[in-house]
Amino acid sequence: MLSQKKYTFALLLMFLAVILTGLFNISLGSVNIPISEVTSSLLGLEVDKDTWRYIILNYRLPKAITAIITGSGLAVSGLLMQTLFRNPLAGPYVLGLSSGASLGVAIVFMGASIFGASFAAIFLSGWTLVIASSLGSLLVLFAVILASIRLRDTMAILIIGLMFASFTAAIVSVLAYFSPASQLQQYVFWSYGSLGNLSWNEVLILGLFWIIGILISIGSIKNLNSLLLGEQYARSLGTNIRKNRFMIIIATSLLAGSITAFAGPIAFVGLAVPHLVRQIIPSANHVTLVPAVIFGGAILMLLCDIIAQLPGSEFSLPINAITSLIGAPVVIWLLVRKRKFNF
Amino acid sequence: MSAKTSNIVLKTANLSIGYRKKKEVQIVASEIDMEIKEGELIAVIGINGAGKSTLLKTLSGINHIIEGEVFISNNKLSKTDPSELAKKISLVLTEQTLSKNLSVIELVALGRQPYTNWIGRLTKNDLKKIMHAIQLVNIEEIKDKKCHELSDGQFQKVLIARALAQDTSLIILDEPTTHLDLYHKAYVLKLLQQLSRETNKAILFASHEINLALQLCDKLLILKDKKAIFGKPSDLISSEAFNDLFPSHLIYFDKESSSFKIK
Repeated sequence: MLSQKKYTFALLLMFLAVILTGLFNISLGSVNIPISEVTSSLLGLEVDKDTWRYIILNYRLPKAITAIITGSGLAVSGLLMQTLFRNPLAGPYVLGLSSGASLGVAIVFMGASIFGASFAAIFLSGWTLVIASSLGSLLVLFAVILASIRLRDTMAILIIGLMFASFTAAIVSVLAYFSPASQLQQYVFWSYGSLGNLSWNEVLILGLFWIIGILISIGSIKNLNSLLLGEQYARSLGTNIRKNRFMIIIATSLLAGSITAFAGPIAFVGLAVPHLVRQIIPSANHVTLVPAVIFGGAILMLLCDIIAQLPGSEFSLPINAITSLIGAPVVIWLLVRKRKFNF
Repeated sequence: MSAKTSNIVLKTANLSIGYRKKKEVQIVASEIDMEIKEGELIAVIGINGAGKSTLLKTLSGINHIIEGEVFISNNKLSKTDPSELAKKISLVLTEQTLSKNLSVIELVALGRQPYTNWIGRLTKNDLKKIMHAIQLVNIEEIKDKKCHELSDGQFQKVLIARALAQDTSLIILDEPTTHLDLYHKAYVLKLLQQLSRETNKAILFASHEINLALQLCDKLLILKDKKAIFGKPSDLISSEAFNDLFPSHLIYFDKESSSFKIK
């Protein structure tokens, strides 16, 4: 589309904001480390205290990177789904990915009481949750992809995603109903989401999925723009609708699926960030929107994580609650102030 | 027109249109033979359900051909790749799902997609074509407005500009005058006539505005009783093709004034 140069400055500012919030995110926590020490530690220079370096490299840096990956990945998936379904209420989870993951995890935690203790003994190892939620997501994903190959109508896919969500949520409820309180609590804790439990190996795997997902999204930019006109126009412009739709679903699944597997079902970011970004950058062009949403998602997630860990205290709040607590008022405020909804 | 040899842009041979439902074939109209040349303005008319939209969708490759063949500049439509077809036929649809958050110029620019690179970068040539399309339909003044700020008449012009920017030899419009008042109906159809003359593109549109179409079009395709009649307005009038287009108890075709009158 036309020159997007007028937005280059805004994008540059957002990128700087990502780096700044990233530094603050690493600096703040139960122990506050000065920003100058954070930067020298990241640059491999001398640091005053060895414990600081240890905290930064082994705990805070992987968490900050996870926050960036999670926020940006979910936000991009949200943007892809909103454009594909031409629906402002669509988000990364409309395909039922998070409900699939929830089902997998619910079976691990709560299935033990139903399927017997031996089941739990076999499955409750370090990678259990990741594998269980991946399997759950994959199951739903295959069903949705099968449907998308058969179906001509994109809206039907949206409905099928919602149906899978209800269906799996129902199974989770049944499991929860028969589970003892302790196991139910474990499941609830998982559903709060968490950024801080990842080892460097896990961050690397998550990062790999993220890169592939983001690259496919960038490759879809032209087709996403044609979808702004609706499917019939897009087809008349030479877009291969089915192939394009398939690629968009794959990108979303890789991003949202891997993030849910490693960090839990983090809500809100994917739905809200594209809207927040559109209020700041009133462009419909995905050449601008995709990078803006990547930066916006990263910033929001880093900020929410700063708040969630309650700097200076030993406590931390569930990230999933913070994203909505902070994000929802901001979206409402922006919409009311502008009195105009850009979609 | 007769002095220069006009090229055939679109031709149908014994075309049947309709829908396939599993093994069942539902034919909407058959034996459609038409020939559209460069620079011609052609209307498709017929009562609701006669198959106007189905015909346009079939010609633009959205629906499958039931029988017969469609030739786009001498190539079979069924053998034409969608990305090639996008350089030959552009559409103006009644679809209302498109994002009105686009600015006018952005929407027109999307017409260049068949020619741009993988990320959609516009070259100088693309920009020239976009500005030319905008000038042709007189929307320079609103080019930076968002589409949701426009009136229906303005928006229709923007959609036509987008089709022009796609730079195809044929533009197909599905009922471009719905939602418009009488003045704007006449304005849009007159604009189409002008564009066909100025750009030498063939323009095919479906419409219920028979009276206006008779005055402006080079040829008409009438869809009636699952059959098609194709010809010049004067020939169609003299062959009394309009007389039984509608049920006769309410309106009739007045040959003197070439228009429909209420009984």
